[in-house]
Amino acid sequence: MSKKKNSIWSFFASVKLALLVLFLLAISSVIGTVIPQNSPAETYVKMYGENMARLFQTLDIPDMYNSWWFVTLLILLALNLIVCTIERLPSVWRLVVLDNLQTDIGRLGKMRSRKEITTSKSPEEAASQVKAGLSEAGWKASEASRDDGTLLFAQKGPWTRLGVYVVHTSILVIFAGAMVGSYFGYKGSVMIPETRSTDEIYKFGSNEAIKLGFEVLCKKFTLSHYPNGAPKEFRSDLVILENGKEVLSKSIVVNDPLNYKGLTFYQSSYQSYQKFLTSIANNETRNQDRFLIEPGKQVKWDGEKVTFGIINRDMTDTPGKFRYKIWFANESGVAEPFWIVDGDTTIVKHGGKEYTFALKEFFATGLQVTKDPGVWGVYIGCGLMLLGLYVAFFLSHRRIWVYIKKADENTTVLVSGNSNKNKQAFEKSFDAVSQAISNKLG
Amino acid sequence: MTSSTLFGITTIGYLLASALYIGTLIFKTKKSGLVASIITVLTFLVQTAAIGLRWYESYQMGMGHAPLSNMYESLVFFSWSIVIFYLILEVKFNNRIFGAFAIPFAFVSMAYASFAKGISDQISPLIPALQSNWLIAHVMTCFIGYAAFAVACGLGCMYLMKSTSSDDSGTGLLASLPALRVIDDLIHKCMIFGFLWLSAGIITGAIWANSAWGTYWSWDPKETWSLITWFIYAATLHARFTRGWQGKRIAWLAVIGFVSVIFTYFGVNFLLSGLHSYGSS
Repeated sequence: MSKKKNSIWSFFASVKLALLVLFLLAISSVIGTVIPQNSPAETYVKMYGENMARLFQTLDIPDMYNSWWFVTLLILLALNLIVCTIERLPSVWRLVVLDNLQTDIGRLGKMRSRKEITTSKSPEEAASQVKAGLSEAGWKASEASRDDGTLLFAQKGPWTRLGVYVVHTSILVIFAGAMVGSYFGYKGSVMIPETRSTDEIYKFGSNEAIKLGFEVLCKKFTLSHYPNGAPKEFRSDLVILENGKEVLSKSIVVNDPLNYKGLTFYQSSYQSYQKFLTSIANNETRNQDRFLIEPGKQVKWDGEKVTFGIINRDMTDTPGKFRYKIWFANESGVAEPFWIVDGDTTIVKHGGKEYTFALKEFFATGLQVTKDPGVWGVYIGCGLMLLGLYVAFFLSHRRIWVYIKKADENTTVLVSGNSNKNKQAFEKSFDAVSQAISNKLG
Repeated sequence: MTSSTLFGITTIGYLLASALYIGTLIFKTKKSGLVASIITVLTFLVQTAAIGLRWYESYQMGMGHAPLSNMYESLVFFSWSIVIFYLILEVKFNNRIFGAFAIPFAFVSMAYASFAKGISDQISPLIPALQSNWLIAHVMTCFIGYAAFAVACGLGCMYLMKSTSSDDSGTGLLASLPALRVIDDLIHKCMIFGFLWLSAGIITGAIWANSAWGTYWSWDPKETWSLITWFIYAATLHARFTRGWQGKRIAWLAVIGFVSVIFTYFGVNFLLSGLHSYGSS
């Protein structure tokens, strides 16, 4: 029983498995970049023939990154990481907290980086000078009496041995964040016409309506262009309403979404209706009203006996921007038609009366809505990964021992050291330290 | 003086430097190596000025953005990153022999940007999705990584050439190359450096995607290929750290890894479709 368990355990603890899984993930990931993902079933039949399409469906190729076998590979990677960490961390931890003053003195003379200095000073004096030399070079030493001599020990970065486990843990943290996101989050979209609000959105895929528990109002959508006609900005002025009361307002653009109650609203598209939002006010009576009008159709403002409509359109100097010709009449007859640029407000005077008239093309803003409570896990994992990689690759655990012992008339000072990584760089700092020590003793 | 003129000079400068570095390798003349280094540094300064000038020009044209927004600009930056990365190595390891395996990459990148069909050197305005500070962070981190992998690949080629040649007389073409052990160590150093920056590139890309599209990962072909590249280097580093792989195997993996980098960079744009399509022209 225990032997069987051990063999499963060592299977998951092996680096061979890690290499195999990384290799399989790399190879299999290629498939989904070549074969289109999440296309309708007919597409595959058309592209690859009926038999291949059936094979693809069986193997979940059209949605391979969510398929049972790809997810299995990811789970294998996660198990491998967990078991490897459990397997190796305790012994690494022992190295981190190891009392190096107990190091076998015999080993010191066998280390690759070492230097022996003989001095006529007494062991006590030598020890205090070695300590001074070490601290000048930036190493803080501790001390113990060993085998009729004195052992000094100093180290830097014992914790850097944990770097690689920080990297491994970071991958698990990212996985955990992604899982939280996929179980407790959702993605959907909604089209909100200007001046309207919504309290539900529609889930991607299923189109199921999800109640928000508050309302989102689109006050205004504006589209602007570069001189060459390319789109420059999509901007929606959004307002969050709780029980009809405004609690938050933000003007969102692509790359700058709105966050509210764990939901994020992204600018993702827009829709044009060939309709126009107009507002008109009588400046004297303070009466005002709003109309959604179509070009070529006459509109009546009953309260004020005003009739108006769009009768023509023309380009302006700003690319993508138009101006509109407005036909306007009130009880004193038909006024001279006037031009108004999309988005502008103008004063109309006719028959001794004055009106404020505004016109804007009517759009609906397309919002993507995401709820992802796991995203912070993913970000923390990403941060940990970069930190861990830096520590694992570029920092090392460096140790220096100095053993001072009386030998006949003189005192011998044996300086030795090692580093778990980047041995060439350590060689240099070791030379500097041993030089500082021999300067002190000399 | 426009940035285009300066980029033209840059291309010629790197061509000259490549020729001199290769000449130095073949004829073992110390002086030509020094000249190669000087030309590389001067050309690099010209290129840096050109990138700055192009940035300035984009403001003059009323759409101010960092010159990192399309294929042309990324190729220029790729070449720039390779050169600065190489120059740092040259100074740090005091060896200019492997310039012959690094600077040609910088030249090819510039030449490809300038002469390939379908790559426009026009400064064009940023579409809304690209209007983000993450643009600079994402492109820079990716290309620092790519540059390190390019140099690792050059060193890998150097290793393979030297290790397969049976010429031990000390007078042959490859005798002036550093010892195999030294090259192997450098390949490894370039790889871990590249791996850290590639990771940062993928992460900044994910954060950006989340702020623009509401998804940090969507298995878009570019994303997936960057991850494939990451898997390849991750496997390579594990093979080295834990199974002691080195020498020829690692040299081959440096080459294979870079092929994957190149596919992530070009192949995806030209052969596959996806969200990253704006990088293709």
